[in-house]
Amino acid sequence: MSKVLELTLEVWRQDGPGTKGAFETYTVEIPDDASFLEMLDKVNENLFQAGQEPITFDHDCREGICGSCGVMIDGQAHGPQKGTATCQLHMRQFSDGQTIRVEPWRAAGFPIIKDLMVNRAAFDRIVESGGYITVTTGAAPDANEIPVPKDAADSAMDAAACIGCGACVAACPNSAANLFTAAKMQHLNQLPQGQAERWRRSESMVETMEEFFGSCTNHGECQEACPKEITIDFIAMMNRDYLRSKLVNRRRLGERKIG
Amino acid sequence: MVRDNTTLGAFREQDRFVINTGRSPTISPISHKRRRTGMTQAIERPGADAPVVNKPKPSKRPWPVEFATSAVGMKWIMALSGLALIGFVLAHAFGNLKVYFGAEDFDHYAESLRTLLYPIVPKTWVLWGMRIGLIVAFGAHIGSAIALTRINQKARPVRYQSPRNYIAANFASRSMRWTGIIVALFVLFHLADLTWGFANPDFVRGDAYANLVASFDRLPVAIFYMLANIALGIHLFHGTWSMFQSMGINSPRYNSARRWIAGLVAAAITVVNVSFPLAVTFGVVG
Ligand code: HEM
Ligand code: FES
Repeated sequence: MSKVLELTLEVWRQDGPGTKGAFETYTVEIPDDASFLEMLDKVNENLFQAGQEPITFDHDCREGICGSCGVMIDGQAHGPQKGTATCQLHMRQFSDGQTIRVEPWRAAGFPIIKDLMVNRAAFDRIVESGGYITVTTGAAPDANEIPVPKDAADSAMDAAACIGCGACVAACPNSAANLFTAAKMQHLNQLPQGQAERWRRSESMVETMEEFFGSCTNHGECQEACPKEITIDFIAMMNRDYLRSKLVNRRRLGERKIG
Repeated sequence: MVRDNTTLGAFREQDRFVINTGRSPTISPISHKRRRTGMTQAIERPGADAPVVNKPKPSKRPWPVEFATSAVGMKWIMALSGLALIGFVLAHAFGNLKVYFGAEDFDHYAESLRTLLYPIVPKTWVLWGMRIGLIVAFGAHIGSAIALTRINQKARPVRYQSPRNYIAANFASRSMRWTGIIVALFVLFHLADLTWGFANPDFVRGDAYANLVASFDRLPVAIFYMLANIALGIHLFHGTWSMFQSMGINSPRYNSARRWIAGLVAAAITVVNVSFPLAVTFGVVG
């Protein structure tokens, strides 16, 4: 049998971008096997019945793969449990009578749309600037046509687990997006298919990232917050690739002139 | 700054999303900058506006300028200048251990710094070379620290309104700016005290051992010296580790050693440097 928790919530409410917001206090009763988002649904149901405006929050898959959800819960991105998105967080992580503060991600690169929902379009700009490979689309190639070392495949897969939720930026004391950018860059830079565009990708993704976000000081908060437990090793790889990209792209410029 | 994003459908010309039909045999579609042109086909995909935070840098600048004005590049500069400063501080601390051999050895060591590589190189040239190198390293280190701090302040104009619960960030990593400022002020005092001499009433040029003893005989100076070196140790505990990351020195083969190296560097420098004022205060040296 699940236990029913009685909780007090302090939720950030804000009408829209650029307006002033404030914490509002709500109480809710919720079984401890509910997820955090189900708990917010319950709060919203109550608000709805009382004829009040429900809390706006982002969500989609509710199984930790889309990256839509994500709020600060008691000062931690995606709440207290490691390796889980807000939608996967169960209320059994909290105790009866607890007060929980819920706040949106805060970063200049993630302006608040409403309440707990932020605009993460800056992430799209970073991916558009190089987070892909250009291939001839057609019939699927045969499996193992391109040999990939097992370690590279594993490591690339770890980076590719990024769901783009923005917890790394939210958790970072500098609002840096280095973990996101590194993950989106390194899952390609480590694979044979990613080599042709590797140096252009490294250069342009870093510089696009810097149009929106802060600078990494290697606190390591991002990897603790990441629901996919992506490590800051990828940030080190990105730093290396960025320096090399400046040199390689420069040399290529010369080759183009000769050719 | 924040655009009206309530309509997620807002669409700008530069947000065109470009796909390749796959017919072109050449592969070089990621353009240098993200505004790309000349693709085989472009579809217009409505997407949300991203906010304007930092203005895009002008393209077509010399690559060293681009590198040195990017945040990742500035971290490289911090790391390289930090490495040079660590090398200096280690050598400085090690050399000063001569103070335990007595006045003659120590003064001889101090004098020998002026004649490094002499007679191949004229006297004090090597010393001046190192001094210039240090000034450049300090300038680059502090300059990037200031520039990056500004970027970071701009990146979160509205702070979290509820208390943060940090997991990985430690005291050292969160106090880098403060420990750095303490070290900078200390370096200025240190020069005025033992190099230029105007902060030391008993200063006699060339009499390194006596100057050191006279300086540390003032208890407040000895205490400030110890506190500043503890601050330096805290700075280096995070700084050394951070340096490995910034320079991409990262491999499962040795990653577990990086924290240890950082701890060792920080501890060695702090313990050796703190020992000097203690030795004078307790009469071991003097
Ligand atoms: C003089 C005043 C100084 C200031 C204001 C200063 C400031 C800073 C700041 C803000 C950082 C960045 C912290 C981070 O990214 O986490 C940093 C990093 C560092 N500092 Fe300093 N620092 C100073 C002196 C020194 C000295 C004397 C040394 C060496 C003996 C040193 C060695 C380092 C190292 C190795 C790093 C790591 C570089 C990196 O993150 O890549 N610093 N410093
Ligand atoms: S709702 Fe999809 S990850 Fe949480």
